[in-house]
Amino acid sequence: MRAGFLWGLAWRSAWNRRFTLALTVCSIALSTFMLLGVERVRTDLRSSFSSAVSGTDLIVGARTGSVQLLLYSVFHVGAATNNIRWSSVEALERLRGVAWVVPLSLGDSHRGFPVLGTTPAYFEHFRYGEQQPLALREGQRFKDLYEVVIGAELADQLGYRIGQRIALSHGTGEIQFGADHSDKPFTISGILARTGTPVDRTAHISLQAMQALHVDWVAGTPLPGMRIGAEEARSRDLQPRSVTAALVGLHNRAAVFSVQRQVNRFGDEPLMSILPGVALDELWEVVGTGEKALLLMSGLVALVSMAGLMSVILAGLNERRRELAVLRTVGAGPWQVLALLALEGSVLTLAGMALGIVALAACGLALNPWLQAHFGLTLHLGQTTPLQWLLLAGLLAAGWLASLLPAWRAYRLSLADGLSPRT
Amino acid sequence: MAGALLEVKDLRFAWPGSAHDCLDIAALQVAAGETVFLHGPSGCGKSTLLSLLAGVLLPQSGRVALDGVDWGELRPAARDRHRVDQVGYIFQQFNLLPYLTALENVLLPCRFSTRRREAAARSARSLRAEGQHWLGGMGLDAAVSDRPAHMLSVGQQQRVAAARALIGRPGLVIADEPTSALDEDRRDVFLDLLLSACAEAGSALVFVSHDRRIAPRFGRQVSLPAINRAAVGMQAVA
Repeated sequence: MRAGFLWGLAWRSAWNRRFTLALTVCSIALSTFMLLGVERVRTDLRSSFSSAVSGTDLIVGARTGSVQLLLYSVFHVGAATNNIRWSSVEALERLRGVAWVVPLSLGDSHRGFPVLGTTPAYFEHFRYGEQQPLALREGQRFKDLYEVVIGAELADQLGYRIGQRIALSHGTGEIQFGADHSDKPFTISGILARTGTPVDRTAHISLQAMQALHVDWVAGTPLPGMRIGAEEARSRDLQPRSVTAALVGLHNRAAVFSVQRQVNRFGDEPLMSILPGVALDELWEVVGTGEKALLLMSGLVALVSMAGLMSVILAGLNERRRELAVLRTVGAGPWQVLALLALEGSVLTLAGMALGIVALAACGLALNPWLQAHFGLTLHLGQTTPLQWLLLAGLLAAGWLASLLPAWRAYRLSLADGLSPRT
Repeated sequence: MAGALLEVKDLRFAWPGSAHDCLDIAALQVAAGETVFLHGPSGCGKSTLLSLLAGVLLPQSGRVALDGVDWGELRPAARDRHRVDQVGYIFQQFNLLPYLTALENVLLPCRFSTRRREAAARSARSLRAEGQHWLGGMGLDAAVSDRPAHMLSVGQQQRVAAARALIGRPGLVIADEPTSALDEDRRDVFLDLLLSACAEAGSALVFVSHDRRIAPRFGRQVSLPAINRAAVGMQAVA
């Protein structure tokens, strides 16, 4: 018997049961979609998390926990317990091996988005993801004292345009009455391109502007009866006295531990320095339980979908017993019946997997802007992880085995069925 | 009767786990081209005997030979091949693959058996014409032959099944109560057509039914309880 005839028979038989089979294909597609999707989200969640900062060799701050320092300096979450003196920043710059120092001053906010006071060097040296530098989507860096450069998400969420004037507020909460800096409004000079990192949610101003905002403040409140206007503040001494933290770049990464030791033994005030990568890993240890939960979910989805696949195929077999029996009595050998079922199983599984992958790609394309805007998460659907390949292979194997099991049953049953019809 | 097409000798068969023999037959022979009516009450082992004749089941002892070949001496794959080469089978119902046309159903044995295909080709027609010839022999016209099997009436389906059993002229046609789903008129027409088609093909016919009224139309009548020595014992127990 020619293989072409068997193919044709498999096709005609499948077409005859196309509605049931379409359901099977859809269920396989759904499984594929879920498995690959969850794995993709998991991977990209981690990478988008760990891409928050790169190219920085050390982060320096007052003595605290390394995770806490990372949280407030990079993720702008929480508050520093202590600041570091400006003289210490200057001392850092003089350390041997240090290429650049970018001071960071935090504590203010704009409608819940953090405000970061820094130097123009920030735009030169800050890197995220794969050593990518910051880029301006529109406008330019801050030049004037009262100019601000805002992140893409902040701009998009609040609908801000270049040249618009905004007021910053003291503290990191939503707007607080009596504690805002509305007397010194800022003009938006630039909007940064999207990075998928906390930078997108941040308003960047100069250290001097940060100083000017607080020139008439003491201990977190405005000095009563001593308001200094925006223009008057320009003439004051705006040299910052302290900053929250500093990013440090080295000429040679090999020197990182020696510089770290020097910082940690700094004489004038207690300082600590952390390696961003190490601290990110520590932080991931803390928040990574969510990742493990996702992984567990992937596993359960895989299990359920494979069991579903097998039950659909087994249920289909009962409706096919008669058909297989007829085939056996007109001379189809058991191996041909086996081949027929295995062929159908693998084609169905492959079709379902292909459909699932296409659906995932389509969904990814459609949802990526939304995910980016709301979760700062970029799905890299074009990339594959080793686990994804493993999952695909597992699905294919399960689909194939799920079709072989009924094939084996049919192998045993079909002839006896055929000659003494019970169905 | 050494030249018999089908030869049963000292057959004993018991279902696995059963203490009693189901069948115990000293001898049964069917000559080439002979038509045999096999009858007996329900549950007397008619279908089991057919399975033994077709080599689907093997006896615990004794010999069942078709065309001089003992089923018990063949390996499973060879039994499958010998069966499709030599036996056409008609069930009570559900004989056809519903998604194939009547003609494609008829041609199925030729797809799986080289001998049947060559025998069909020897009639100097195309395979398709040969299929239509047997459909015509069973009283079905060309319009029916390209219709999907699931659109045919039960009577038409049984005729297609008969045409399928006869294509390639196998030595033996086994029919297991093929008329039980038909009313009396259609049953008689079906029998007429089947018997004349078997005569044309030169195939022997073993026809099982509990309906004794049609028995006279066959060359020989065999009562299974009469030849089954196991049945006597069973009745004695009962």
